[in-house]
Amino acid sequence: MTAADVSSAAVPPPRRPAPLLTDDNAFFWEAADEGRLVVQRCQGCGRLRHPPRPMCPDCLSLEFEVVPLSGRGSLYSYAILHHPRHPAFDYPLIAALVDLEEGIRLVSNLSGVEAADIEIGMELEVGFAATENGGAVPVFRPVGAGQLGGAS
Amino acid sequence: MSAPGSSFAGKAAIVGIGQTEFSRHAGRTELQLACEAVTAALDDAGLTPGDVDGLVSYTVDPVEETELVRSVGIAEVAYSSRIPYGGGGSMGVLLHAASAVASGAAEVVVAYRAIRARSGATRFGGAKVAPSPTSGHSGTTAMQWCMPFGVLTPASWMALNSTRYMHEFGVRSEDIGRAVVQLRAYALTNPAAWGYQRPMTLEDHQASRWIVEPCIHLLDCCQETDGSVAVVITSRERADDLPQLPVAIGAAAGAGLFEQEIATDHYRGDLSVMEGSVALARRLFGSFGFDREDIDVAMIYDAFSPILLMQLEALGFCGPGEAKDFVAEGNLGPDGSLPCNTNGGLIGEGYIHGLNLVLEGTRQLRGTAVNQIPGARTVLVTASRTGAILSTR
Repeated sequence: MTAADVSSAAVPPPRRPAPLLTDDNAFFWEAADEGRLVVQRCQGCGRLRHPPRPMCPDCLSLEFEVVPLSGRGSLYSYAILHHPRHPAFDYPLIAALVDLEEGIRLVSNLSGVEAADIEIGMELEVGFAATENGGAVPVFRPVGAGQLGGAS
Repeated sequence: MSAPGSSFAGKAAIVGIGQTEFSRHAGRTELQLACEAVTAALDDAGLTPGDVDGLVSYTVDPVEETELVRSVGIAEVAYSSRIPYGGGGSMGVLLHAASAVASGAAEVVVAYRAIRARSGATRFGGAKVAPSPTSGHSGTTAMQWCMPFGVLTPASWMALNSTRYMHEFGVRSEDIGRAVVQLRAYALTNPAAWGYQRPMTLEDHQASRWIVEPCIHLLDCCQETDGSVAVVITSRERADDLPQLPVAIGAAAGAGLFEQEIATDHYRGDLSVMEGSVALARRLFGSFGFDREDIDVAMIYDAFSPILLMQLEALGFCGPGEAKDFVAEGNLGPDGSLPCNTNGGLIGEGYIHGLNLVLEGTRQLRGTAVNQIPGARTVLVTASRTGAILSTR
């Protein structure tokens, strides 16, 4: 048995599906692959926008820059998913809407907390979870909850 | 704002309705189901396929119009349209059909939906990884931002809003369950319904397994259904020469807001309010001459029960956070102030992607509903961002 075989037996490969990249959204997901959480900022008026889009709905500028986010926010809402189950995830799976301190909202997952302890408004921080294609996506845990576990 | 509906309001009428059986395994294609419902609706209207010159539908339609035309034998289609936003656009067929008829673009318009939500290639409520970042004009564009996080189903998308709604207003699962009990009570006597002769109590509701905690038990979900329904619309004048009591489209409107999505509606500031339905109600009860007090029966898109409560508030039948009390007081029942989804709704009768609610509204106005509300003359039909007021006044 080779070292690679031992490694793959000990740690199952990530099953989480990779995001679908387009010319409009690739900057977000490619940054996440590198462990960075970013957002579009309009170069015309400075508005932050997510999900990404090619034009600023305020000033109609097509020019934007990609700027980092702090990765800190609070839980706006959540959903504990029980059924139906997709083979890529472990259940129950906690879906979360996270309001970042910069005013951006993300759909993500919440881990590092028991279902009974989830509270809307709780303070969260970002981490990154591996995807099946070797990339990563931003996921969240309560501030101070330690390392994110597993694929969920 | 100018009167948005004054040019077509009341000028078109529903003159025929038709449907197949509703089941969990139709055993035939959506196309065949549509053919059966369309021809049944034309029979009901006293018309033939040769009379049809308009076809309207809404997205997530598995039936190709060309196939329907060549199957039913329609000679020439003058007007076709597809309303975006999937089930949220289902009532938009009435706006399009009435506009087409009133403008003269078409004379006899058929609206239809066929679906195999249970036995089709994929179950409608199943967990699917989207193959594309676009949504086929269903308005669920943001599903691409849900997919890597396992948020893969309509229930999971809407649950994020529903949890916030419950948190904001102190709504509990049993508050929502009381609405389901009423829907199932209506379905109990409807032979076409999945819930026919299947009694359900609040205890049953609470004991049913979680689909999404803390807001959607199994019995909060509509029935994934196989079947088809169709509606025939023509001018108010021609309707007088046809056999059925004309049901006028007295008002029809749509309202979609900046940053609003269907189901994956996660990016507006306050998700505890269905603001698109607030805007829809502003239009429907604005300049068409109808008030909320005029509504004898309301047919409201209940894919999942929490959004029924949220729409009752957004449409203005009660205040924010008051739907739980409005429901508990029995207002949705046959003796309440707003008999609602009297066929059992999408939860109790079945999910023909919303359009079966229009058939029930029509039956109420004809006086032929199983759970007939005496003297019903004005019916509201709504689905999130599209709606209409049907009337025999």
